[in-house]
Amino acid sequence: MNGFEWDWAFTWEVLPMILSAAKVTLLATLLGSLFAIFMGLVFALLRRHKSRTLRTTVYWVVEFIRSTPLLVQIFFLYYVMPEFGVSMSPLATGVFALGLHYGAYLSEVFRSGIDGIEKGQWEAARALNLSLADTYKDIVLPQAIRPMIPATGNYIIAMFKETPQLSAITLLEMLQIAKIIGSENFRYLEPFTLVGILYLVFSIVAAYGIHQVERRFPKEGFSLK
Amino acid sequence: MSAPIIEFKNVKKCFGETIIFSDFNFKVEENEIVSIIGPSGSGKSTLLRILMTLENIDGGYINVAGESLWHMPWQGQYVPANNKHLHKMRNHLGMVFQHFNLFPHMTVKRNITEAPMRVKGVPRAEAEAFAEKLLQLVGLEDKADSYPNDLSGGQKQRVGIARALAMKPSILLLDEITSALDPELVDEVLDVIRNLVKEESFTMLLVTHEMYFAREISDRVCFFDKGAIVEEGEPEVIFTQPKEERTKAFLNAYLGQ
Repeated sequence: MNGFEWDWAFTWEVLPMILSAAKVTLLATLLGSLFAIFMGLVFALLRRHKSRTLRTTVYWVVEFIRSTPLLVQIFFLYYVMPEFGVSMSPLATGVFALGLHYGAYLSEVFRSGIDGIEKGQWEAARALNLSLADTYKDIVLPQAIRPMIPATGNYIIAMFKETPQLSAITLLEMLQIAKIIGSENFRYLEPFTLVGILYLVFSIVAAYGIHQVERRFPKEGFSLK
Repeated sequence: MSAPIIEFKNVKKCFGETIIFSDFNFKVEENEIVSIIGPSGSGKSTLLRILMTLENIDGGYINVAGESLWHMPWQGQYVPANNKHLHKMRNHLGMVFQHFNLFPHMTVKRNITEAPMRVKGVPRAEAEAFAEKLLQLVGLEDKADSYPNDLSGGQKQRVGIARALAMKPSILLLDEITSALDPELVDEVLDVIRNLVKEESFTMLLVTHEMYFAREISDRVCFFDKGAIVEEGEPEVIFTQPKEERTKAFLNAYLGQ
């Protein structure tokens, strides 16, 4: 029953490998969040477009993405898309899938943030003849960001915790590496425990960071001098 | 007489089932100051909001400075205006709001320079110099770097006026600009308007509940009720010898005579 006795020597031996895999996990999360924020904004703005057809289409696209499992999307992008001539590396696929999936969730956060801006702000912008693009860029988004921070942060942390799903398409992230180490050494306790602890630590640090960002963000929004 | 700068012809406006204007006609001459008084819900603010293109119309025509506001010529006929036309037309107009609608994340100075810089492409230095002049005009030259939330209601509204003036509109729309203010702050805002019309000529359309101010500043006062002008004329006449019963009832209730 050697699996139930903690082996410190083994722990120190495998830690560097797991830490270097953590870089892949963090990179996928970072790029995935940037892409998700971008896609979320695109979805949210398109859902406010004056064309009804476009709004409805985007609504159903978002609904579709949110209502199908991430893993199915990952598989589809990785194994099916090459048949249509689009093949991407595991990392690129992962970033794309995470970005798209969480972009769909974030679009709801952004939409409600934008909806929360008082009508008077839009009216003042129009009375001053600002273009729609300037109204979003200078008036609406700078004020909408603060209320969006907590929910956006939660989704990014949720995304981070879903990165092990990318092991299904052979991305060498933390869990995948831990599994490989385990099967090579017939010891799973230490690698999987380390992975769990690292997820816990990163999540707590990220949650604290997000809270700090929110707390320090000016209440009125991004301030413009 | 030259053509009126604002003209409403058979304008119709509804909010769902509620009809605000069924067949509304109205003219304002250039450099005329017109006060609109009347009970709430009579369509006073809607009139200004339609001119500022914050509300569209359901029928009729409006001309501003010789061009149709909500329509544009296209292949020999008039069609609903596109964004480009509305953008051009809005340059004639400026509006000050009841609830100020200042941008809370911008300094006072930036509130004033934002539109000239973004819309007209005025260089920052020039826009800021003009903003300082406007702040002097409204007596807030020391507040350029403050944020709106650090100002009193009266100060906010004076910034609102400066912000509207920064775009150099030829027509100024004042929508109950003192209604949201504590009584002791009303005069500092009205004084700004008093000084403004003393120094420059403006076409000004104001919806107000400040009867004394309307009487003092206007060339013409219109009493509005249920989407129509019940009575209009020189302020002295409207306030001292109103003909219509509804005007009399309204003024009595308001002025407590």
